[in-house]
Amino acid sequence: MADLKTPLLQVRDLQVHFPVRMAGAWPWAPWGKVKAVDGVSFDLHAGQTLGVVGESGCGKSTLARALLHLHPATVGSILWNGKQMVGASKADWMAVRKDIQMVFQDPLASLNPRMTAGQIIGEPLRIHRPEVSAGDRAQKVRMLMDRVGLTAQQVNRYPHEFSGGQCQRIGIARALILEPQLVVCDEPVSALDVSIQAQIVNLLAELQKDLGLALLFIAHDLAVVRHISQRVMVMYLGRTMEIASREALYSAARHPYSRALLSAIPILDPEIERNRFRQLLAGELPSPLNPPSGCVFHTRCPQAQEKCSLDIPDLQLDVQANHLACHYPDARP
Amino acid sequence: MPYSIPKSAIEIAPPPRSPWLDARQRFMRNRAAVISLAIMVMIALVCLVGPWLSPHAYDDTDWNQMGIGPTWDHWHLFGTDELGRDLLVRTLIGGRISLTVGVLATLVSVLLGVAWGSVAGFVGGKIDAFMMRIVDILYAIPYLLIAIMMVTILGRDFYLVVLTISAFSWMDMARVVRGQTLSIKSKEYIEAARAIGVPTYRIIFSHVVPNLLGIVVIYTSITVPGVILTESVLSFLGLGVQEPMTSWGVLIHDGANVMESSPWMIWFPGAALTLTLYCANFLGDGMRDALDPKTR
Amino acid sequence: MSDSKQTPNDALLQVRNLQVQFATNDGPVYAVNGLNFAMQRGETLGIVGESGSGKSQTALAIMGLLARNGRATGSVDYQGRNLLALTEQQLNTVRGSQIAMAFQDPMTALNPYLTVERQMTETLQLHKGMDRKMARASAVRMLDAVKIPAAASRIGMYPHEFSGGMRQRVMLAMALLCEPAILLADEPTTALDVTVQAQVLALLRELQQDMGIAILLITHDLGVIAGLCDQVLVMYGGRVMEQGSVGHIFHQASHPYTRGLLGAIARIDGQGGPLVPIAGSPPQMGQLPAGCPFAPRCTWADGRCDSQVPALQDIPAVQGELPMRYWAKRACHRAPEFLNFRLDGGAAHG
Repeated sequence: MADLKTPLLQVRDLQVHFPVRMAGAWPWAPWGKVKAVDGVSFDLHAGQTLGVVGESGCGKSTLARALLHLHPATVGSILWNGKQMVGASKADWMAVRKDIQMVFQDPLASLNPRMTAGQIIGEPLRIHRPEVSAGDRAQKVRMLMDRVGLTAQQVNRYPHEFSGGQCQRIGIARALILEPQLVVCDEPVSALDVSIQAQIVNLLAELQKDLGLALLFIAHDLAVVRHISQRVMVMYLGRTMEIASREALYSAARHPYSRALLSAIPILDPEIERNRFRQLLAGELPSPLNPPSGCVFHTRCPQAQEKCSLDIPDLQLDVQANHLACHYPDARP
Repeated sequence: MPYSIPKSAIEIAPPPRSPWLDARQRFMRNRAAVISLAIMVMIALVCLVGPWLSPHAYDDTDWNQMGIGPTWDHWHLFGTDELGRDLLVRTLIGGRISLTVGVLATLVSVLLGVAWGSVAGFVGGKIDAFMMRIVDILYAIPYLLIAIMMVTILGRDFYLVVLTISAFSWMDMARVVRGQTLSIKSKEYIEAARAIGVPTYRIIFSHVVPNLLGIVVIYTSITVPGVILTESVLSFLGLGVQEPMTSWGVLIHDGANVMESSPWMIWFPGAALTLTLYCANFLGDGMRDALDPKTR
Repeated sequence: MSDSKQTPNDALLQVRNLQVQFATNDGPVYAVNGLNFAMQRGETLGIVGESGSGKSQTALAIMGLLARNGRATGSVDYQGRNLLALTEQQLNTVRGSQIAMAFQDPMTALNPYLTVERQMTETLQLHKGMDRKMARASAVRMLDAVKIPAAASRIGMYPHEFSGGMRQRVMLAMALLCEPAILLADEPTTALDVTVQAQVLALLRELQQDMGIAILLITHDLGVIAGLCDQVLVMYGGRVMEQGSVGHIFHQASHPYTRGLLGAIARIDGQGGPLVPIAGSPPQMGQLPAGCPFAPRCTWADGRCDSQVPALQDIPAVQGELPMRYWAKRACHRAPEFLNFRLDGGAAHG
C-alpha cells in the first residue's frame, strides 16, 4: 500500500566524511578521511518505522545527524517529500526542521539543566511559531506532558529532578510539539534501565500509531528494534548491508553480518542459550579511516570469497522487496 | 490486563529545586563563606554610611591635631595624618573608592569577558583563533606601562582608573569562559537546540550563557580582590585617584612613608584592605564549592 | 554443573547476611540488606539488578573496596576466614591472587600511563614473587589464552591502543594471571557490542572450564545470565527479591519483580508480543520506602507490602534433589498462588 505513494524520505548513496588530521603526520600532510557513512540508501514512508541497527562504528548516529543537517552530508541525496536536501540552504533546512525532529540517546544530557521542563518542551514552538501566545503555548505543553505520561505539576521542575525515563519523556514531548512527520530516535532507550525501556518503547509505538508518525529508530539492540519496527536496516562500517521487513530479517536474514548479529544476541532461556550454535565473527572492526576494499565486511565474513575483496556489492532488491548488499547471500559457510 | 499503573507509580516528587536553590543551600552550609559575606556587606555599609555619621570630613585639616595616634579626643578613633585629617573617615572614604572601583571594573571586565569568550568559544574556527590571539597580545602588554602612559596623557580621573583596570582584567574571564563554552558546546542539549533550529545567537544567549553563570560567578569573586589590589597598586604608585580624594592604596602608600613614626597610618587602611581581600577569597571559595558542577 | 548435595561448610565462598551501609551527609544509605549465598568451584553465580539495586556494592564489599564512608557487616567466609574481618594487609594477600575482580569499564580500570606488560607483571611480581622475565612470559601466555592476537608484540602497548573488546580481555587476563579461585566480574560486557559480547562470554565459559574458577557475575542483562550462570540472585533496592537456580528463575519465577522483568525485556525469540513494562522507576538508594522496596511499582502490593519488609523465604516445592545453595527463595508477602501468574515460563503476566 505504501509503495504507491512517494516515500517521505528517500536516501540514496549518502556519504558523510569527516576530515581528520592523521596522527603523527607533518602539518602539511594531506588530511585523512573518516568515512563515517559511506553509502547508505533507504526509503521511509509516512507512518512507518524503520529500525536502523549496527554496532559501534557503523555510522548510524552520524546518519541521524546528517538527516537533520546537524552535520552536512558530503555526497549523496536526501529527498524529503521529493525535495533535495543535500546542499540546500539554511532557510530550506529551517523550514524542514518543523517536520523532522530528534530524540537523543542520553536523556539527562539532552536537556538544558537550567531550563524547566515546560520551557524545554515549549522552546521549538517559540522558535518556529512565535505568533502563538504564551498561554496557548503553555496549554499545548501541558497537553503534551499529559500525553507522554508526565503530570502537569511537573512543568516547572528542572531536569535533574526527574528520573532517566521521565527525562526521555520530556525529550519525546519536545520532539512532538511541532507535530513533525518524522522523528529520528537515536538510541532512545540504551541509557535507561531495562524495566523503563519497555515503557518508552511502548510509548513511542503508541504515539506513532496515534499521530501517524514515521520513525527512524536507531539502536544497537536488535531485540528492542524488533518490537517497534516494520522494516529494519542493518549497517556495518558506514554501509547498508541489508534492509528487510521485520519478519524476513528475524526469521531468515540473508546477509552474513545480519546472521552473525542475530546469532550473537543471547536468548532468555538457559537450556537453549547454552546449547545453540553461535556464529562468532573473527577479527576486529576495521578502522573507518581505512575501510577494506570491496565489500567492507569481507575481512570478517565467514563465507567471503575472492570477489568480495574486489567488488563492492550493490544494494539489490529481491523478490520480497528486501534489499541486500552481498555477492553470495544464502551461502552457508 | 495488559498492565495497570499501581497507585504510587507516579513518584512523590520532592519540592521543586532550581539549581540555584541547591547552590544557595550548599553555600549556607559553608561557615567561612557566610561569615565572609557578612563581613564584606558590613564593610560596604560602613564605608557607605560612616562618613555621613562622622563629625569630620575627609579633607578637614585640623592643625591642632596633626599626626596624633588613635584617641578618643575629637573622635579621632584611627588617629590623624600629618595634615590633621581624621584617618577613620579617610579610611572609610578610601573604602568607598576602592570598593566602587572594584565593583565597576569587575562588572566591565565580566561583561566584556563573557561576551568575548562565549562568542569565540561557540563560533570556533578562524574567528575564535583571531579573538584569542587578541587576548594573547593583550596579555603580553605590560599593563603598568600602559597605565602610566594613559594617566600621563589623559590625566587622573576616577573613571579612567576604572577603565584602565578593566582593560586588563577581562582576559582571564574571557579565557575561562571560552574553555567552559567549548565544553558546553559538545553537550547534547546544545545539539538538541540546533536540531530544533534555534539560531546561533539565541543558543549562545539562552543555552550557553546560563550554564556558564556558575563559573562566571566564581571567577567574578576571584576578580574582585585582584581588581581592588590593582587599584591599590596604581594608587600606591601615584597613578590612582587625585588628592584630596583617597583610596586604600593611597593611604597605604602614605602610611608606608611614615611607618616607623606613625604606625597607625598604615595599620588601619592595611587591615581594612587585607580583611576585605581575605573575605573576598573565602567568598570565592564558598561560591565555587556551592556551584561545583561535579556534585550535580 | 552442580555437585551432589553439599553442606554449607564445603562451599568455596559463603556469604551470610551481608549488609552494606554508607554514611552520607543526608543520613545513612543502606545499599545492600541481607544477602546470603554460597559458591562452589567451577560454578557461576549471577547477581542481576537495575540501577540502585546494590549489586556492584556487593562485589566491592567482598573485595574490601568500598568507599571510605562504607561499611560492610555480616560474614564472607573464604577458606575459613571472614574476609570482612581481615585487615588491609591480610586482605591484600587474598585479593588479586585468590579472589580477582574485573571491572566494568576497561578504559578507566586500566592505567592509561602504564603499558599492559607493566600492569600485568606487577600483579605477578607482587603475589607470586616472579622476576620480570618469568612474569612477562606468564603474561604473554595469559594474553594468548584470552585470544589476543600477536600477544608477544602487543603486550608492550598502552591500553588506549586496544579496542574495547580487547581491553576487556586484557582486564580478564590480568584478573586471571594468578589463577584465582574466584573471579568477580562487574558488568563485563555492558560496554561492548553484541558480537564482541558473544566472544567475551564464550571466552569466559572456556576459561572457566579450563581453570575451574568460580565466577560471580554482576549484570543487568538477563541474557548474559541465561548463557553463563548456574545460580541467580535477583536484587532490587538493596534486597534479594528472588534467588535460585537459573532454570528456576527463567521458567518458574514467582516474584512480581522477576516476572515483571521477564515480561518487560525485548526478546529475539518467541512470538514478539507486546512488551509489558513495569510502571514507575527504580528507587534512589537514599530514599528507599519502608516495607518492600518494590511495593511502589508492584501491581499486587497491599498494605502489608508497604509497611513491612518481606523476609526471604524458601520455596519448598523447589528443593528436591538440588544442593542447598540452589534452593529457591523469594521475598514477597503475597503467596504465588494468589498472584495470577501463568507458570509456564512465558513472557507476560496477568
